Amino acid sequence: MMKRELICIVCPQGCHLTVTEENGSYKVTGNTCKRGEVYGVKEVTAPRRVITSTMKLQGGRLPRVPVKTNGDIPKELIFQCMEEIDHVTVTAPVKAGQVVLPNVLGTGVDVVATRTMGMV
Amino acid sequence: MLHYDLVVIGGGPAGLAAAYSAAQNGVKEILILERDQVTGGILNQCIHNGFGLHYFKEELTGPEYAQRFEELVAETSATVMTDTMVLGITPEKQIYALNPKEGYLTIEAKSIVLAMGCRERTRGAIAIPGDRPAGVFTAGTAQRYINMEGYLVGKRIVILGSGDIGLIMARRMTLEGAKVLAVVELMPYSNGLNRNLVQCLEDYGIPLYLSHTVTDIKGKARVEKVIVSEVDQNKAPIPGTEMEFDCDTLLLSVGLIPENEVSKTAGIELDRRSNGAVVYDDMQTNIEGVFACGNVLHVHDLVDFVTLESMKAGKFAAKYVKAPYAHSDDAIEIGNGERVSYTVPQKIDLSCGEEQTDLFFRVNQVVKKGVITLTASDGRVIFQRRKPTLLPAEMEKITLKKEDLKGEKKVVLSVRMEDEKA
Ligand SMILES: Cc1cc2nc3c(=O)[nH]c(=O)nc-3n(C[C@H](O)[C@H](O)[C@H](O)COP(=O)(O)OP(=O)(O)OC[C@H]3O[C@@H](n4cnc5c(N)ncnc54)[C@H](O)[C@@H]3O)c2cc1C
Ligand code: SF4
Repeated sequence: MMKRELICIVCPQGCHLTVTEENGSYKVTGNTCKRGEVYGVKEVTAPRRVITSTMKLQGGRLPRVPVKTNGDIPKELIFQCMEEIDHVTVTAPVKAGQVVLPNVLGTGVDVVATRTMGMV
Repeated sequence: MLHYDLVVIGGGPAGLAAAYSAAQNGVKEILILERDQVTGGILNQCIHNGFGLHYFKEELTGPEYAQRFEELVAETSATVMTDTMVLGITPEKQIYALNPKEGYLTIEAKSIVLAMGCRERTRGAIAIPGDRPAGVFTAGTAQRYINMEGYLVGKRIVILGSGDIGLIMARRMTLEGAKVLAVVELMPYSNGLNRNLVQCLEDYGIPLYLSHTVTDIKGKARVEKVIVSEVDQNKAPIPGTEMEFDCDTLLLSVGLIPENEVSKTAGIELDRRSNGAVVYDDMQTNIEGVFACGNVLHVHDLVDFVTLESMKAGKFAAKYVKAPYAHSDDAIEIGNGERVSYTVPQKIDLSCGEEQTDLFFRVNQVVKKGVITLTASDGRVIFQRRKPTLLPAEMEKITLKKEDLKGEKKVVLSVRMEDEKA
């Protein structure tokens, strides 16, 4: 049997979770809502995170446009994902929600812009 | 001279929400004045996610949250004037502003909403001893540099202050290839959300030193070393506990101060405890027709609450534009009892506003098994609620039925521990 104490990061409430495993089945306690249960199991089996960063922007009002992964990616890919993001230059105009890097590292998750930036 | 029904000063989430809600409530002539190139306020640099869970029921990044409100405002008849700095206002609701295109502007309004946000405390405000080299930044300045301008301010970083901004910057600098050597916190607990301790520090193995502070900064042209010492119960550094960090940058995340310079020009009454205006439950200040909301009123941790408060300010500003009203002299004062550091609003007026009102407050120490109580002058308990943990870093909110306060002049909000006598 395995037991782990976690803090749920899904919302600002930050519930203290206890995840126990017995014969391959997981039980989560301490969560206030369903999302905490999903997080607890994921966190001990295959932890994932959403990445937010910026990309180089050409021809816009600022030299950077903010971006995010449009879904969580495996935690161990965080720094590789940052490198991929570093290699892309976006050209203005760009719209919030626009895919700027599809299927990053084959995860099936896209990187999208999070702010509309017009041309100047 | 320009004439508007409503002028909103500041185009951050507070100003945008107030303008949007005033428009929804029938005001047509609305002007938003913003000194930056774009609206959105501090959210433009808060590229991380965690915004909007309450209001939009989904997790957005700061820029996305700002843009949602910009789009809502764009659908109204409100005018946005950017690059425009407000210099002062008068009790008669004239506004003096400056912009590079039109020069000096005088604007007359029927109502004003103050939504100027806050600024960061700087090194001077907390007086760290030591040399004065380059490489000392407030965390928010470093955040603006990295997220908007694309400059990483250093490679080896020490961060003083474990509030959310400090934690978020620890992760951000790490992701961009800097080494964050330590986050140092004076208090015995972190001021940040638990989720940020996990996803910003633990995820990246960044050490957090509680009950520690920076006691010296060394360096000629650039920061070379930062000395960190443990502090005792009175927050005094303990000799012999010094640790040396070889670093080129010190980030300060030591608190925010509401930006009330403009409010002062009109003689708006300020509360020393919240550092913002004294307001009634409709968000009106002591000057009729002038309302305040968002971080200029009190420092918020969650933008969703900024939005709620600002929607209310906009709604009552609209009411005032239609039919100016004054507050009754018998508004009820909210006193701060044990462990409560401030409340917003500070006054509740039964003759106007809504039937219910939210009361925001902060505690001045960590309280486990807390009992939140609002007491009448004769000792009657008007409201009571239990809460497992209350933290100074987290704003608390209770909702009151105003009719329960009938007949009172002053009521007192206090927080005690469950096993302590009332
Ligand atoms: C670094 C950081 C991280 C945060 N992280 C989170 C988070 O994860 N989740 C969350 O929910 N909340 C978060 N918050 C809190 C939230 O972003 C703020 O509470 C919110 O942005 C406050 O909105 P505001 O409109 O009152 O102030 P601001 O956003 O500061 O806007 C004020 C605006 O007024 C303008 N202004 C000021 N003075 C003048 C003048 N004289 N003339 C013209 N314009 C003027 C400013 O330029 C600015 O645009 C964070 C805050 C910070 C600082
Ligand atoms: S369990 Fe639910 S309420 Fe608790 S932190 Fe997670 S998401 Fe938030």
